[in-house]
Amino acid sequence: MTTELISAAHLDALTDEAITIIREVATECESPVLLFSGGKDSAVLLHLAVLAFAPARLPFPVLHVDTGHNFPEVIQYRDALVAAWGVRLVVASVQQSIDDGRVVEDTGPRSSRNRLQSVTLLDALAQHGFDAAFGGGRRDEDKARAKERILSFRDRQGRWDPRAQRPEPWALLNPRIRKGEHLRAFPLSNWTELDIWQYIARHDVPLPNIYFSHPRTVVERDGMLLAVGGPVSPEHGEQPFEAVVRYRTVGDASCTGAVASAAATVDDVLLEVAAARITERGATRADDTFSESAMEDRKREGYF
Amino acid sequence: MATDVALATRSTLRIATAGSVDDGKSTLIGRLLHDTKTVFEDQLQAVVKASRRYGDGETNLALLTDGLRAEREQGITIDVAHRYFATSVRSFIVADTPGHAQYTRNMVTGASTSDVAVVLVDARHGVVDQTRRHSLIASLLGVEAIVVAVNKMDLVEWREDTFLRVADDVRRFVGALPQQVPLTAIPISALLGDNVVDGSRNMPWYDGPSLLAFLEEFDATPSALPGARVHVQRVIRPQGGAHADFRGYAGVVAAGSLAPGDAITVLPGARTSTVAAIHRWGAPVEGAGPGHAVVIELADDIDVARGDVLVATNGPIPPVVTEDIVVDLCWMIDQPLTTGSRHWFKHGTRSGHATVTAIEHRYDLVSPDHEPADHLQLNDIGRVHLRLGEPIVADVYAHHAEGGRLILIDAATNTTAGAAMIAAVSAAGE
Repeated sequence: MTTELISAAHLDALTDEAITIIREVATECESPVLLFSGGKDSAVLLHLAVLAFAPARLPFPVLHVDTGHNFPEVIQYRDALVAAWGVRLVVASVQQSIDDGRVVEDTGPRSSRNRLQSVTLLDALAQHGFDAAFGGGRRDEDKARAKERILSFRDRQGRWDPRAQRPEPWALLNPRIRKGEHLRAFPLSNWTELDIWQYIARHDVPLPNIYFSHPRTVVERDGMLLAVGGPVSPEHGEQPFEAVVRYRTVGDASCTGAVASAAATVDDVLLEVAAARITERGATRADDTFSESAMEDRKREGYF
Repeated sequence: MATDVALATRSTLRIATAGSVDDGKSTLIGRLLHDTKTVFEDQLQAVVKASRRYGDGETNLALLTDGLRAEREQGITIDVAHRYFATSVRSFIVADTPGHAQYTRNMVTGASTSDVAVVLVDARHGVVDQTRRHSLIASLLGVEAIVVAVNKMDLVEWREDTFLRVADDVRRFVGALPQQVPLTAIPISALLGDNVVDGSRNMPWYDGPSLLAFLEEFDATPSALPGARVHVQRVIRPQGGAHADFRGYAGVVAAGSLAPGDAITVLPGARTSTVAAIHRWGAPVEGAGPGHAVVIELADDIDVARGDVLVATNGPIPPVVTEDIVVDLCWMIDQPLTTGSRHWFKHGTRSGHATVTAIEHRYDLVSPDHEPADHLQLNDIGRVHLRLGEPIVADVYAHHAEGGRLILIDAATNTTAGAAMIAAVSAAGE
């Protein structure tokens, strides 16, 4: 079986483009950082960043915004990966932001820490003096992301103003900012979910094992399969059951759903993604199905 | 399953859609995504729901691309949206650009990276100012083809004479532009899908390709390459370890190919050396072509820094080292551009000061003419003379786009203020 579902020339061009963006921003900005969630997009982003500077070491650290609602497999994976690739890891904790009174946690059975991450992220950028943050965001993920520039300006409050974006002709990135402002850089802007998996297959990028099918106890809620245990408890009338699932995205465990899947290898996943009829966020993110502008509203407040 | 997904063979095509407000750009992209089965079920459901809320009669496919709250509320496109789809033939990157004249700068952003501009025209109204403006901008930016999609044919009873009249009007305008661009006209109905992905039963008189068929088969005519250039982004120098002696120059190969053994000249200045090794994606390669992100090792230990350009020695069209350039400039901020105004520039990987020494003229944009001007306002395009604070390694944009383009940055706000294409260079000291 071939895993070359799309043209190799297309993936080559996306790879060159991403590496070029990473080199340019890392060289123009004084103190960049790479946002790393342990998800597949940030794994690909980190892999590209390591290639971009080889044989020199990655010239900036990675930042994990830890919601405290983690899949344990993802934390193990994160620690093993940064050790293997010799990367410096900085962790910013949402729990710390709550303990410090910077944010107030929603309570109740369906509360999520997803939105709180924006404050923790902005505090961490300010505390460490990071002036540019690489993110794994892709334009095919969401309508608001489809509008965002590759190099995206944030004001002193960390806000994105979608109506006043800097024009970005050609590939000439403008990194000029004043003190206190910062940039977000999205080298994977032009990648789709299928491109990401194609890259993972080509370069054997390691991933957390929850991306591949495994048995798990879940409840069905709003058409999504949520893992029982950790931050999610069955509500009245919900019957936990055993299912064979995998995750298409990795986020806050309280609002990231699994999909029923028997895809056990990268090749299986590639075929599944190529045939998918529902977007990865629609299938797996309770926070984005909430409203048509959910992502735009969060991004205005400084979200990833 | 696997058998449905054939191997694509052609390179990626980048498309920009342009045209006036309400000519149906977003609907066309929605139709392309829908009919190539790129729209996912949850996206379609969201659009069906939103169409009802905004009171649209039919499902409004434009809501697939109008991603900002303000755009959906006003029913217009304000900023570029990028969309992605693939067929069994090739992958496409689509920039859906705004139609309003006040957002022309965002249209320039979307069109600047595109191979083909698809300019929509409403068959009922024919050629309007935005048709001319967008065709002219597309030709200045150097797209390799313009497709005129004469839309809403369903509203003119699918009449061939209407289509031919509109197509002739556009052809006459584009034919008179200084930059020649191949032009193809296709009659379509984005709303009903005629000639977008599939053919049309309603227009048996049309025997050309559908829009998608045209885009799938389109190949740019290869132009003569001026000879390889690499704008150095960064010096790669591992500190210690197994590679302590490694010194490589990171950048993108443009305008030609490079291989170990090739003679290069470092500009500005005139230091020369030979390519010792090329690395791409962390591994050595035997050669590199246009677009490849590489690290180059040289045979000699010479001074090379960010902003310098490695140029293949004796290329067919050598670049010119200069501080004085004449550019076609699209102005993108409210503060007008005047003679004497000072800005930052970025050309390749080099930045510095730029001073406007003269404004030759402003393009009329809705005709091939131009008029004398002493300033450029937001969204104006004009011919401008710039004096740079330090020399650049310049190409004429029409010969080599990467070496012939720069941005101007507003010194007060740091925002990107202009997009410039080099029309003429004079060598330093002339």
